[in-house]
Amino acid sequence: MAQHQVNYTSSGGLPVALTTVDHLVNWGRSNSLWPLTYGLACCAIEMMAAGGSRYDFDRFGTIFRASPRQSDVMILAGTLSKKHAEFARRLYDQMTEPKWVISMGSCANTGGMFNTYSTVQGVDRIIPVDIYLPGCAPRPETLQYALMMLQKKIRKESANMNKNTKQNLRLM
Amino acid sequence: MRKYVPKGNVQKQSYYTDRFHVVPSTPRTKVETDDVFATHLKTLEAKITVKSSRIELNCMVVEINHEDNFKALEVLKEECGYAMLSEMSAVDYLAKDKNFEVFYQMLNLKEVKRMRLVMRIEQGLALESVVPLYNSANFAEREMFDMFGIVSNNHPFMKRILMPDDWEGNPLLKTYPLHGDEFASWYEVDKIFGKDARDVIGPESRDEGKIERYDSKRFSRVGYEVPFGTEVTPGEEVKTEIEYSKTFLVDYTKGESKTIEERK
Repeated sequence: MAQHQVNYTSSGGLPVALTTVDHLVNWGRSNSLWPLTYGLACCAIEMMAAGGSRYDFDRFGTIFRASPRQSDVMILAGTLSKKHAEFARRLYDQMTEPKWVISMGSCANTGGMFNTYSTVQGVDRIIPVDIYLPGCAPRPETLQYALMMLQKKIRKESANMNKNTKQNLRLM
Repeated sequence: MRKYVPKGNVQKQSYYTDRFHVVPSTPRTKVETDDVFATHLKTLEAKITVKSSRIELNCMVVEINHEDNFKALEVLKEECGYAMLSEMSAVDYLAKDKNFEVFYQMLNLKEVKRMRLVMRIEQGLALESVVPLYNSANFAEREMFDMFGIVSNNHPFMKRILMPDDWEGNPLLKTYPLHGDEFASWYEVDKIFGKDARDVIGPESRDEGKIERYDSKRFSRVGYEVPFGTEVTPGEEVKTEIEYSKTFLVDYTKGESKTIEERK
């Protein structure tokens, strides 16, 4: 009985991929970004559409999670009122490192048309934001683009980076 | 020191006034012209003092003293058939008349009649709650308390309904600035990070069209680009060699534009 044997050095090359730890870790992180199911206003409708079958976030490995403890990305989709700001920050704090934030829509970016006493004028006043996504409301394609930009950003990061000390320093 | 902003009457003057605008007025008729309303008014007058009454836009408007609000609504509900309190709230007339106008908008479903009970109340005085009569007054009175600070006595749950419990000020008062007062502008920062973080985070930017020419973190001047976060000194900007005309700023005066000699 013939015994199967592969001579790796001569037949077809070594089945070894060389990479860096950064690249490998960021490949995993950027292709399994799990956002928190967290909608604040009408932008959340577009976010839901992006998660649905037509625009299909799943193909990016993006699956909405119902718990901040299982999430990597917080998509702040909509108007953040001052009453709710405390809870948004609490949800952000409950997310495990590493974590990223997409500020979706004009209201989340700057307060938008709600230039009033009860609206937070930009979520970056309370939460460090990675991607600002303009639009009122942004189309699902735009959210997909923002997610792809975030993936690009993550792939450039160091795997060992402690985001908390780097970005949140001003708020801690 | 922060800039002093006068807080006397910040919403008094409208920024746009049309000299030729005439405020339209609706015709007012006497209550006697409508038989159903006249009987309702007569029933009401038998129990409480009515200060004035009229019919405006098919709706009877009756003004009473604010002490009689519960009794009047009781009469209107039990004897006149106004089974539904569709809306109640207050109007701020503090600058004009030094009081609030509280109104109860009611609907008689059987006779298809609407009426409004109005009363004036000074700031600081409390109304009697009408929740025992109309459940819809529950949230409405809480909103009135939240927005105007008018307390309803014997309300089952007298608590702010829209604004946070630790909010200061009543937002629907004419003296309340639309952009919020000092407390409102720092609310989320104070609550989450504490007052020490105010200096770190900075004041709210309320001007959406604001462009800071020398802020290289948020803006970039065309033709004078610098790396992110570089400090730019005014007057010492260095022109960059990026040729924008080839990308998006198209210069039509030179180059390969083609002029058609004659029309086809």
